[in-house]
Amino acid sequence: MHAEPAGFGAAEGADRIGDLDSYRNALGGLTRRQFLKYCTGVAATLGLSPELGVRIANAAVSGARPPVIWISAQECTGCTEGLLRSYHPTLETLILDQISLDYHETLCAGAGHQAESFREQSVEANWGNYLLVVDGAIPTKDGGIYCQIAGKTVLDTVVRLADGARAIIAMGSCAAWGGIPSSGPNPTGATPVHEVLADKTVVNIPGCPPNPYNFLSTVLHFVAFGSLPALDSKNRPRFAYGRLIHENCERRPHFDAGRFAREFGDEGHRQGWCLYYLGCKGPETWANCPAIGFNDGGSGSWPVGTGHPCFGCTEQGVGFTKSIHSLASLQTVTPPTAFPRVVEEQGGADPAAIAVASGIVGAAVGAGAVLASRLGKHGPTPERPPEDAK
Amino acid sequence: MALNRRDFLKLATVDGAVGAAAAGSTMLAADTASAQLLQRPPRPMPEEAVGLLYDSTLCIGCRACQVACKRANGMPIDIPETYEAWNGGTWDTPTDLSGDTLTVIQVYQDGTMEVKDRETDGFAFIKRQCMHCTDASCISVCPVSAMTKDPVTGVVTHHPDRCIGCRYCVLACPFGVPRYEFDNPFGQIQKCQLCTNVPDRDIPACADVCPTGATLYGRTTDLQQEAERRLGMAPGETYRFPRGALGDDRASHEAPIAHYQSAVYGEQILGGTQVRMLAGVPFADLGMPHDVPDYSYASITEGIQHTLYKYFIAPAVLLAGLVYFAYKNARSHRPEDWD
Repeated sequence: MHAEPAGFGAAEGADRIGDLDSYRNALGGLTRRQFLKYCTGVAATLGLSPELGVRIANAAVSGARPPVIWISAQECTGCTEGLLRSYHPTLETLILDQISLDYHETLCAGAGHQAESFREQSVEANWGNYLLVVDGAIPTKDGGIYCQIAGKTVLDTVVRLADGARAIIAMGSCAAWGGIPSSGPNPTGATPVHEVLADKTVVNIPGCPPNPYNFLSTVLHFVAFGSLPALDSKNRPRFAYGRLIHENCERRPHFDAGRFAREFGDEGHRQGWCLYYLGCKGPETWANCPAIGFNDGGSGSWPVGTGHPCFGCTEQGVGFTKSIHSLASLQTVTPPTAFPRVVEEQGGADPAAIAVASGIVGAAVGAGAVLASRLGKHGPTPERPPEDAK
Repeated sequence: MALNRRDFLKLATVDGAVGAAAAGSTMLAADTASAQLLQRPPRPMPEEAVGLLYDSTLCIGCRACQVACKRANGMPIDIPETYEAWNGGTWDTPTDLSGDTLTVIQVYQDGTMEVKDRETDGFAFIKRQCMHCTDASCISVCPVSAMTKDPVTGVVTHHPDRCIGCRYCVLACPFGVPRYEFDNPFGQIQKCQLCTNVPDRDIPACADVCPTGATLYGRTTDLQQEAERRLGMAPGETYRFPRGALGDDRASHEAPIAHYQSAVYGEQILGGTQVRMLAGVPFADLGMPHDVPDYSYASITEGIQHTLYKYFIAPAVLLAGLVYFAYKNARSHRPEDWD
């Protein structure tokens, strides 16, 4: 008898996954097993249960590939490079097959007028449905002339394309909060995307580069559920930016034990001790780097894991702003984290203990009174004979 | 003089009460100028006196100092009963100084606790440890000289081999520092001795480990200068804060100057302490004695007592009076009168 535990993958989903083998091309060369593992991994990154991985898998092969327009502004292409290095070698294939990447200056096969015209065709055909991804800050000074593609300022392009986008993602710190181009003296008036598009919801995925899985998971959430994942007050996906680096850092126990590397290459540094003393910004930077690492290199494949202090690339006002060796201001110490207060209530008596103690004291007082009342009744004092005896 | 036994006892009780009241009012008047008459000259701080500068605005509450202190002094972790529910024995979470804890980081918190070093809706840290008073009460009250002040470094040192366990020092210290190991049948007094008791340590463990330089070791006069330099700067100005010990070759770190309270704590208070402090919130909020005189309590109590007992005159006069009184009464009650 076939007894499927309730809630362990919808029956409908299981049936459809059974068809996946016939979608070999859609799977980008992955076997069915590899593909399902990948989708479940994405679900895990998103903090979803594995059964939703099945839903993601179904969405990924449903044929309805959402068109993606990727605009690069003032950027270094690090975000794209980071994305290309995820899940080697199949991720780029997968991404190209799951989403329809209709325009990406670094990755598109065409060039010049051909590429521009294809983008315009796609935008026109998919108006209101495409996903707009922007990496890099938008220069706004002097009408935005400091970054132009095909004779048009990127400022104008982004503003125009945003109107027809179903969702907008700002990829990388430059797009999310200004990043390097916006650091002083900021000669081009570099501005984050959400400030240029003040009336629209822009999902920020900061990082330099951001972890590609944070981007992929956001996109696949959008593809699978038709909505964006939960966002924090800075419009960053909560699943990726909900915790401080300090909270999940593998070197955290060294911090708590007061074991700090004081110089690069000293005994503590060689032992893998905490890098706070050297200027690690983990305690004021919100990101999931220690939890998922980079480049699928296993544990330790992130800056702190390699022995360099976190410099806070995801955090506005920290990365590219604070001096690299200046110390982070801790955010988790904010009370009510367990700190003894200046005046701490001490103990306090248990009512039962008070009752017992009162009973003992009462008994002692009573016994004392009885004893005292009997003291004079044992006979006359020897040194003072009664008056009549004289 | 026809006193019977009952009247004599009554008189003696009243006398005692009057005497105690007089002594009490003398102590209460200690703040006034009359106290100055009884005060002995203040003890000077040794020239090479060492101490700590604790800057509350730099403290991040990492408690590395607590851990380092325990490790250096070989002390066990401390888990109060109220924390036992969640602390299974991994974390050292003392709430106060104790026989097992020589230094502790405590927090001041108000309202929403949003901003560090702000009095309203803010929070601030304070490090509690021995202040190493210039004129220490614990030394003054110790009946057996088990508390001494190092003549060179000025470190208030405890000698357990001399201690009789009377715990006068525990009661006398205005900062509540010396603590007794009540949980140990052979308990001792425990207090910070700036790691002078720890072999092979040139600077105290807490200052050595502090990642921000919030606890800084050095000569007290140098620390005072350092503190005044910080007070003299405008809030927000960038300053390179030294770490470890003043003048060592350790890398400093750059940070903006905070909004400090206007005075260096420990410079004047209670005759001065070798440990000095800076903070962004009033020290009253941080649980430190604040409404206290600028002279040490020891200078008053010793002033009074050493005057009374000078050349043993007062006890001699008292004894003479008692002898006279006894003799006079004895003369009027000759044994032959009894019958």
